[in-house]
Amino acid sequence: MEAASPNPPDPLIRLTDVNFSYDRRPILTGINMSIPRGKVVAIMGLSGCGKTTTLRLIGGQLKPSSGEVMVDGKVVHALDSDGLYELRRRMGMLFQFGALFTDMSVFDNIAFQMREHTDLPEELIHDMVMMKLHAVGLRGTANLMPSELSGGMARRVALARAVALDPMLIMYDEPFAGLDPISLSIVGELIRKLNDALGTSSIVVTHDVQESLKIVDYVYFVSAGKIVAEGTAEEIKHSTEPYVHQFVWGEPDGPVNFHYPTTRPYGEEMSSGPSKKQVWW
Amino acid sequence: MVSVGRRILQALGRRVTDRLWRLGFGSRFLLATLLHSGTALQRFQLTIREIYFTGVLSLIIILVSGLFVGMVLGLQGYDTLQRYGSSEALGVLVALSLVRELGPVVSALLFASRAGSAITAEIGLMKATEQLSAMEMMAVNPIARVVAPRFWAGVISMPLLAALFSAMGIFGGYLVGVQLIGVDEGSFWSQMQASVDFREDIINGVIKSFVFGVIVSWIAVFEGYDSDPTAEGVSGATTRTVVNSSLAILFADFILTAFMFRG
Amino acid sequence: MNRATIDLWVGIFVAIGLFSLLFLALKVGNLSSSSGGETYRLEAEFDNIGGLKVRAPVKSAGVVVGRVSDIHFDPESYRAVVAMKLDTRYKFPRDTSLTINTSGLLGEQYIGFEVGGDPEMLKDGSKIKKTQSAVVLEKLISQFMFNKAADGDSGDGKK
Repeated sequence: MEAASPNPPDPLIRLTDVNFSYDRRPILTGINMSIPRGKVVAIMGLSGCGKTTTLRLIGGQLKPSSGEVMVDGKVVHALDSDGLYELRRRMGMLFQFGALFTDMSVFDNIAFQMREHTDLPEELIHDMVMMKLHAVGLRGTANLMPSELSGGMARRVALARAVALDPMLIMYDEPFAGLDPISLSIVGELIRKLNDALGTSSIVVTHDVQESLKIVDYVYFVSAGKIVAEGTAEEIKHSTEPYVHQFVWGEPDGPVNFHYPTTRPYGEEMSSGPSKKQVWW
Repeated sequence: MVSVGRRILQALGRRVTDRLWRLGFGSRFLLATLLHSGTALQRFQLTIREIYFTGVLSLIIILVSGLFVGMVLGLQGYDTLQRYGSSEALGVLVALSLVRELGPVVSALLFASRAGSAITAEIGLMKATEQLSAMEMMAVNPIARVVAPRFWAGVISMPLLAALFSAMGIFGGYLVGVQLIGVDEGSFWSQMQASVDFREDIINGVIKSFVFGVIVSWIAVFEGYDSDPTAEGVSGATTRTVVNSSLAILFADFILTAFMFRG
Repeated sequence: MNRATIDLWVGIFVAIGLFSLLFLALKVGNLSSSSGGETYRLEAEFDNIGGLKVRAPVKSAGVVVGRVSDIHFDPESYRAVVAMKLDTRYKFPRDTSLTINTSGLLGEQYIGFEVGGDPEMLKDGSKIKKTQSAVVLEKLISQFMFNKAADGDSGDGKK
């Protein structure tokens, strides 16, 4: 597996021994990851295993407790707020449910960053917005409000917004969550196409195995804050590692238990009434 | 028994430290809002838009309430004053109560429930749907782009709404006192003008409403920004905005009145 | 809601807001009559000022010509010293006398100017000695009762 690890001279993102804890509860432990330029990389794992936290570390919204997050040769958590904002201008992010600005039209949503960060004339902004909307096939929705879009369309608009300023890196947080099968494959295909057309790199955080394995180049598996497996899409599909196998084939029991861990055996729980801790006050 | 007493004291202590912690956090948030106000004031269009949502949309409730409060003042004031044979002082009574107290206070209470709750709910929902996070990831500071314009819109709208409330109330008092009951119109206005001082009464009223505007807008944006990103979180924050700003208005009113009108 | 409509409504809102402030200042308050103009200061001593307060009006022939600006007690003469600010447009002769009057039976108290005939006018800082104290209602009533009783006594005696 180590031999297949992508290790070109200058990866866009490199995480070295990253630890992160929240309220002294460890979320991520010893994460090592590198994301090469021009590739689509997936981070997979169960809900709540620290995938979104990884994205927030890369985006600089969180600081690691220890370790180093490097993006394009810069240590993210050592940047001041100007440097961080400068870096973020070259990142695009698609949020779990799109996070479109509900008080603006589709057009204004996509034009938002152009208007905030550039002094381009309105005519040019219009053309650029229409280009982005055309790329996701929704030029006709420019004047609608986000509330008038279906879930799949909203996701595509959010995708167009994420690439509005032609970023060097696009991060997708659960891009497939809650989509119907058709929208799902449209979004999947768009992720791949936009990545290749714009020459950017992409990180897809997802638990949708089947759809993402179709489009990604490389996969990291995260479980309980650790990387448990990695490899190319092909390697993952044929992996024999029990965790990966359970995940890819969606089996209900395996290394990941059906039962949430508890300190009391079931029999004892049922026979002895509430434990002392559960007194009403 | 000892442990119950200790428990109560602990709970009390925790409540107090929690409040103090939130107050400190809120003050830092206000400071950050003020520091990041450049965008809201330079690109004033952003603030104008929010003035529409906070100020213009509160117009109806302010005007109608002002009118009725003034009319009730006219009726009640006349009833009391005519017992002492000084019903011509009705204008003074209506004008002073409105300009000094009722105008700033009642319009601020209405503003807190009409516009403050809306601001909290909007910012809270933007947070819950990750719009604020998205903005941050687009290298746009949400405090500068979302919070500051709403804060300034509230601060600008509040004195105008309070003035409208007072003016409308005086008109209501005039309608009831002069047109309905038949107090002499000349003495209604002249006694009013003789006893309402511009600096002492009107400017102080405007200062009060400005202070209330800062308080309500501050609490509204802070509660919204600080709310838990869930449905209960947002609804709780909205309630807190109305309750806390109402209490803060009444408390600040007492302090301001004690300083302004003690002499 | 497009931008032009929002601008228009906000414009209307700000305009009527400012208009009502103006209404409060001019029609409800006394901005039009008292402040803004130049004033000069006069002082007067009274034996008893009754319920006179700072900011009470100073009237001559029923017209407000100024306001009381300060009231204090003079520990040497044991009298009240009332300072007033008068509109510079109005000049009064030096022998003008002052009274403290009440508007209506229980209304507010004000200072009335009874204009004299001296050709020389009062200047900024002048002190007026010719004053008449406030009418204290309780004193008046007790005086009236006392006189009435005295009248009754003498009447009986004559009969």
